[in-house]
Amino acid sequence: MMLYAALIEPFVEYGFMRRALVACFALALGAGPVGTFLVLRRMSLMGDAMGHAILPGAAIAFLVAGLSLWAMSLGGFIAGLTVVLLAGIVSRVTALREDASLAGFYLISLALGVLIVSMRGSSVDLLHVLFGTILSVDDAALLLVAAIASLTLVTLALIYRPLVIECFDPAFLRATTGGGTLWHFIFLTLVVLNLVAGFQALGTLMALGLMMLPAAAARFWAGAVWSLAALSIAMAFASGLIGLLISYNFSLPSGPSIILTAGGFYLGSILLGTRDSLRTRYFPRAHFHE
Amino acid sequence: MNALALPVPAIELEDLTVAYDREPAVHHLTGSFAPGSLTAIVGPNGAGKSTLLKTIAGLIAPDEGVVRMNGLTRRGVAYLPQLAEIDRSFPIDVIDAVSLGLWAEIGLFATITGGLTARAEAALAAVGLGGFENRQVGSLSAGQFQRVLFARLMLQDASVILLDEPFAAIDERTAAELMDLVDRWHGEGRTVIAVLHDIERVRAAFPDVLLLAREPIAWGPAGDVLTPENLRRARYISDGWSDAA
Repeated sequence: MMLYAALIEPFVEYGFMRRALVACFALALGAGPVGTFLVLRRMSLMGDAMGHAILPGAAIAFLVAGLSLWAMSLGGFIAGLTVVLLAGIVSRVTALREDASLAGFYLISLALGVLIVSMRGSSVDLLHVLFGTILSVDDAALLLVAAIASLTLVTLALIYRPLVIECFDPAFLRATTGGGTLWHFIFLTLVVLNLVAGFQALGTLMALGLMMLPAAAARFWAGAVWSLAALSIAMAFASGLIGLLISYNFSLPSGPSIILTAGGFYLGSILLGTRDSLRTRYFPRAHFHE
Repeated sequence: MNALALPVPAIELEDLTVAYDREPAVHHLTGSFAPGSLTAIVGPNGAGKSTLLKTIAGLIAPDEGVVRMNGLTRRGVAYLPQLAEIDRSFPIDVIDAVSLGLWAEIGLFATITGGLTARAEAALAAVGLGGFENRQVGSLSAGQFQRVLFARLMLQDASVILLDEPFAAIDERTAAELMDLVDRWHGEGRTVIAVLHDIERVRAAFPDVLLLAREPIAWGPAGDVLTPENLRRARYISDGWSDAA
């Protein structure tokens, strides 16, 4: 009965816990594969920058429309995409590299966002935007997250082949098809969309966590793109489930509990994974027995 | 690969100037690659060789001048990047990497059917990697990986083949076997242009040579181009550019 009370009852008794669990599942479905490609393309830090870039858009929408999920999501999406575009343009027309230019824009965005929310809102509002509240996810938010997850999976299925080629051999893709920028931009749009989906639940500062940590952890267990993506989804969902239970049972904030659980998967994988982990490097299994 | 119907269009360069990373890399280059020719582009480090090849491949736009492909489409040009430009740690199987050469036939969505897989397997066998289909590219040596890329080139079946340092960082035996493939492509009437460092290999195997030092030093038959005087001049001009940069 103890176990039932700790693990099952919260979801049976409370609608907000069920909605939070479904939100985690939908977030995992979208963020897992997108995170996999982010890691494979060595763009993890750029994902972080994009997550922060969402803030001023969400903050301006908050000023105009109050705590409206749709307005803040749209504002965040526009701001994220604008920063990505501006950073891309600056890196192409000046000597600055894309990572440095993106970092510059996201720091400006973050400061601007905090300033805007502080001017009109309370510190509670600011905390809400920065750290999210998955337990307050309502039906509208669930629909948004589910829609973004569906769009993400369909789009990834459509652009899977050029995306793989662009990661593996970008010059071949450009020489063969003349394209490359298009697929890159569609992918970046998916990253921003999934960060927007995550920010209501986890906040702009931690939305990337559910995308990055499971994908990075999966690298220590799986060796193909499809298995990396599947494992990322599974670990992201497990992080959501375990994180919610920890949050409920120990009265801890839900967002950090979920991301810390994902962090646990990440650290555990570094230590114990079957591919290039510390265990396989320093304690390899003997190939031959006497 | 089947022999191609001749004539294959030549590539013409007219007063071509190209910058790389915002630095001028190739200056006022004019000339043409004859149909079915086998040309080596040589020159000191930083001479603009790879930049020129990328420009012909359509990866870099010229700042001035034009590259005339004379009726060739992208499909007719196959490009081999330098090994360093490819992410060899990417989790992709050898057979999938080779099958990318079928892009013109499969495009975005078509599935790779039995016939196409058989062609990819045959290309792999032709470069001596039969049985490696399900290995990941990350587990291959540099030489084996270059063989995979040559198998991909075979599947592209292009009339113009551009090779950027195809024999760099690979063992001599692999280099010799891949050079045999290049000779075969040349014999089939394809136009092959390769950026190379090894002057002795160029003397032995390439009928035509373009000696570049950001500006053209000489372009023509290997014997006429690779003279001590020309090579010295190329080094001298290239050092001058490096000092000025």
